[in-house]
Amino acid sequence: MAQYETVIGLEVHIELKTRSKVFCDSTTEFGGDPNTHVCPVCLGLPGTLPVVNKTVVEYAIRAALAINCSIAEFSKFDRKNYYYPDMPKNYQISQYDLPIALGGYLDIELDGDTRRVGITRLHMEEDTGKLVHQGTITTTPFSLVDYNRAGVPLIEIVSEPDMRSPEEARRYLEKLKAIIQYTGVSDCKMEEGSLRCDANISLRPVSSTELGTKTEIKNLNSFRALQRALSYEIERQTKVLGEGGRIVQETRTWDEGKGITLPLRSKEFAHDYRYFPDPDLVPMIIDREWVEDIRSSLPELPDDRRQRYIGEYGLPEYDATILTDTKELADYFEDCVNAYPNPKVVSNWVMGDLTRLLNSGAVDITECSIGPEQLALLLQLMDKGTISGKIAKAVFEEMFATGKDPEVIVRDKGLVQISDEGAIVAIVDEILAGNPKSVEDFRAGKEKALGFLVGQVMKATKGKANPDLVNRLLKEKLQ
Amino acid sequence: MIISERDVEQLAFLSRLDLTAEDKIAYTKSLNAILDYLDMLNRLDTDTVEPAAHVLPLKNILREDKLQPSLDKEQALANAPEEEEGAFKVPRIV
Repeated sequence: MAQYETVIGLEVHIELKTRSKVFCDSTTEFGGDPNTHVCPVCLGLPGTLPVVNKTVVEYAIRAALAINCSIAEFSKFDRKNYYYPDMPKNYQISQYDLPIALGGYLDIELDGDTRRVGITRLHMEEDTGKLVHQGTITTTPFSLVDYNRAGVPLIEIVSEPDMRSPEEARRYLEKLKAIIQYTGVSDCKMEEGSLRCDANISLRPVSSTELGTKTEIKNLNSFRALQRALSYEIERQTKVLGEGGRIVQETRTWDEGKGITLPLRSKEFAHDYRYFPDPDLVPMIIDREWVEDIRSSLPELPDDRRQRYIGEYGLPEYDATILTDTKELADYFEDCVNAYPNPKVVSNWVMGDLTRLLNSGAVDITECSIGPEQLALLLQLMDKGTISGKIAKAVFEEMFATGKDPEVIVRDKGLVQISDEGAIVAIVDEILAGNPKSVEDFRAGKEKALGFLVGQVMKATKGKANPDLVNRLLKEKLQ
Repeated sequence: MIISERDVEQLAFLSRLDLTAEDKIAYTKSLNAILDYLDMLNRLDTDTVEPAAHVLPLKNILREDKLQPSLDKEQALANAPEEEEGAFKVPRIV
């Protein structure tokens, strides 16, 4: 069977976090009752004129600079014409041949390697309204249209077909999301639709340099959906090509429940948008000084922060990559390090227990009930020997669940570590008397038996005995 | 003839226009006449002329990112042929 290489490119739409819409002064606020965030301009009423929101242009430039694009000297808006009621004007204002930015890249880390993914362009456009169908999409006689989202500013970022696997595509999207979040121009919440992704994918024989026929996959609402849909599509296209068939260039939709992609009827997307310059909007000539002002106001981006964590904090690359993946997690981590200046210890807690609890409760780091100072207090209790590492984990879970301070939990639950030698000796004697077989085993040279006996003492003290002390006392008694 | 009757049919479909057989013949003729005229313009030497993105000598018309209150719902939906639950009700498209 022929060996194929996978070629993937992504088109990512990101909603910008401006107060007002891109061409009018209606609010961009998410949600709201249908058609309550609208005005004559975004409803496309006759006689109205769009005027570009300056902050949209600024944010687009900011995002473009963060992904190493060149900012156009001259840029304009065009009309993309199509008949679908998600836009009341029968066209969407977008940018066609003269987008605000061209030619960038970002670097992704995968299995210890760094790969560069090219970015073709970044352009500005308006978001569309939302259609709600009664019943299923094929049986409903009517659709209900809500124009609250129509006119919310978007940037579309188109990558080069540089990705070779679903994992790489996922990593690219994660990295892009992180970078854009760092710039502060968008929340990039996939679940609220403020970051959306379409994927183009084709296969070609391994030795070939020509691109094969591609399909475009829509309705990818999560990183997982992206990766699964691409894996499915590789399988499907491999099968078609393996049987001597041909790939049909088409738009397909991802069915999350069934785990398959399905063709969208081609009539829905008559790909003849008859773009032309929007005569209602005048061209933009982008002042270089403005661009440089924006460039100098960019914050530290994920790659630089990662390098700093490795250089300044001495963290392993793996830790540094994960911790800087989102700005929120990195900010949290740094606040913790400021309160407890041992980066590796903090990293272990944040990447280990904290991440596990956040994931299992689907809690966002910004809503974490354990503040950085509280984590520092817990680590100090361990350092002072007030509690053992094992108890600390239990206290940590309790802190996560209740938001209480560690001292309060330790005091209320009587978890203070037993470091009183006399108290432990008594328990050690008891355990030794109760387990003659293990004692014999240890004396016969079975080191493992010691571990068992330590475990018994810890159990008898509900984990509160100072483990170092238990070890030392047991060894002394067994000599 | 640059534009065929089939092109006119396609254009009519994309523009949601219902054309009679006579319409199609007439529009094919007039659209071709327009393109013939453009052909004439193409014979001009425009090497030293910058492409125009707009007919007015204006650029960079931008507004500050400020909010105004939304229309109230009744006003927003005043022109809706039909409405339901505060939304515009339209025939299913797909």
